[in-house]
Amino acid sequence: MLELRNVSKTVGGEYHIHPSDLVLERGTLNVLLGPTLSGKTSLMRLMAGLDKPTGGSIHFDGKDVTGVRVQDRNVAMVYQQFINYPALTVYENIASPMRISGKDKATIDREVRKAAELLRLTPYLDRTPLSLSGGQQQRTALARAIVKNASLVLLDEPLANLDYKLREELREELPRIFAASGAIFVYATTEPSEALLLGGNTATLSQGRITQFGKTIDVYRRPSDLVTARTFADPPLNILEVVKSNGHFLKHDTEAFAVPAHLAAIADGPVTIAFHPHHLALAPAGQDGDARLSVRTLVSEITGSESFVHVDFAGARWVMLEHGIHDIEPDKPIDVYLDTRHLMAFAGDGQAIAAAPAKAA
Amino acid sequence: MARITLDHIRHAYGPKPSSPQDYALKEVHHEWNDGGAYALLGPSGCGKTTLLNIISGLVTPSEGRILFDGTDVTQLPTERRNIAQVFQFPVIYDTMTVYDNLAFPLRNRRVPEAEVDRRVRDILEMIDLSSWANRKAQRLTADQKQKISLGRGLVRNDVSAILFDEPLTVIDPHMKWVLRSQLKRLHRQFGFTMVYVTHDQTEALTFADKVVVMYDGEIVQIGTPAELFERPSHTFVGYFIGSPGMNVLPAAVDGSAVTIGAETIQLDYAPKIGSAKKTELGIRPEFIRLGRDGMPIEVTKVEDIGRQKIVRARFSGHPVAIVVPEDGEIPADARVRFDPSAISIYADSWRVGREA
Repeated sequence: MLELRNVSKTVGGEYHIHPSDLVLERGTLNVLLGPTLSGKTSLMRLMAGLDKPTGGSIHFDGKDVTGVRVQDRNVAMVYQQFINYPALTVYENIASPMRISGKDKATIDREVRKAAELLRLTPYLDRTPLSLSGGQQQRTALARAIVKNASLVLLDEPLANLDYKLREELREELPRIFAASGAIFVYATTEPSEALLLGGNTATLSQGRITQFGKTIDVYRRPSDLVTARTFADPPLNILEVVKSNGHFLKHDTEAFAVPAHLAAIADGPVTIAFHPHHLALAPAGQDGDARLSVRTLVSEITGSESFVHVDFAGARWVMLEHGIHDIEPDKPIDVYLDTRHLMAFAGDGQAIAAAPAKAA
Repeated sequence: MARITLDHIRHAYGPKPSSPQDYALKEVHHEWNDGGAYALLGPSGCGKTTLLNIISGLVTPSEGRILFDGTDVTQLPTERRNIAQVFQFPVIYDTMTVYDNLAFPLRNRRVPEAEVDRRVRDILEMIDLSSWANRKAQRLTADQKQKISLGRGLVRNDVSAILFDEPLTVIDPHMKWVLRSQLKRLHRQFGFTMVYVTHDQTEALTFADKVVVMYDGEIVQIGTPAELFERPSHTFVGYFIGSPGMNVLPAAVDGSAVTIGAETIQLDYAPKIGSAKKTELGIRPEFIRLGRDGMPIEVTKVEDIGRQKIVRARFSGHPVAIVVPEDGEIPADARVRFDPSAISIYADSWRVGREA
């Protein structure tokens, strides 16, 4: 178990990491999700012992490891750039940490072949990394991290430099690889979809703060504040400032729709509501809770299977994600339907007031 | 803006290519419309950057000609091709103001200052940097610098084409949504001929009227995003477009009956498989219906990815992916049906038609 107790990092008097607590269990995959410069790499460097925290302490399996250097800790790291020894074969690249730790030949051979099999590198063991594709190079780096048998494996945007199809395949493989090892995995990414595909737990980061930590899908569905909700949304979260009054949400006195049951208990007055683009549609979802809204279209983007229709609602810019092809001309008034069962609501300070229901019936 | 003709182009980086394997770009013979937005999409090493470099003049093809509006430009250097380019990383003048950076390509061509001002202000508005116009560029973030690069690529309206090489890679995910939709609006408004290289599927599909899918030095399909999704002409396109990609299952075709392992599906036509060595059935994860009736399936894993679920399963001995909506139900003893209109049959990896 890795435990961060009130850990902070300041550089030149400025917080890179605000005082943070985090507990990561063995055998778990933990995603650090946040935009560039939100503190993901800083936090990983603290976990690894590459940097010393300014305040607080770090414990591993109950033992205080604050200030213990990375060399003296059982940590493996994989970076965005593929880092391998270019002159060594894939076999020797994977074997290298075990050679350093003085493992015997038979153990090394067994472990290398096991890791190569797991990462589908067996046919390439005699090649050098630079003759391989990017995906194979990164798998070599991953294999090396695995054989190290580290208790903490840190992956800093490991798939960012790969083609998306390779990323898709590796993402599918990674949870399986993680599950087979008893280590704590920490995985940094800027992409919400990557966090969702990996599953496990997610800590969202914003400006050097951990805004929420929990099961990935729970953080996505029930963000504790608006910052977390925005961090965990791609396409971007749709947001609207409204006033709750007499069982309705009002916008500029002209547009109004009924407050859904799960938000009925919140107090009357100003409130920020938010929802994901796939909860806005051209047709009603056919359930109670469809609110019809008049919007103006801005631009339609079509992926072949889905359409992203950008719209303006009373000055708010939203994205609607629809199945199929909907090439709607710009600057056209249309009616759309908001599935209010999935609405999230936030108070003026950004805290969630009432979470969206975990799952619609 | 110009029509781009790629006339029997082939390219090899090594001298004296002899076999097709020696060509980084196998034969490309196409005509791209004036005012079209084309995206070149494919895995690394597929030849998309080589093709872009041939269009920009950075690379002279080993064989064939390239024409802009019927004029042969094959031997012309980049600066004489009258094109604008936007690269993956910002290329700007740090010591100039944001305004002067954007005005540079116009002033360089002696555009009257009133016209320069009008166009620069339009672009500033579009990239949302109006309030930064008089600031020196060096102080800006990587994001903002790339927006200026993008703006510089768009500021001239007399270029033959605008070429983009992974322009949004360094942009923050949320800003990508804004810039992408603005590019799209701009294309609608001015009808630029645009060629856009990216490895990002969403970017390519949302940007382009026509997506050029490349694989192993060849163009395997040029189509609208809908065509690539609904009727992938090669199994590679099926696999590469869509997340997860199309399920491609080995199948025996006998007349209109298609057999996968123990299951047989009856089509309403007999696919023209000829003497193909390999026949396969393709169906996208979005078109397999999970329910209580149909063919048996063994669900191995359900991935809840928020707005939908990806069900991993085994069908007749083969792994398949199935997409289920957010609120969709996954019965305990699930069975499947394939939407008949969404089934494609492939003979030696190429899609074959309905004609008998």
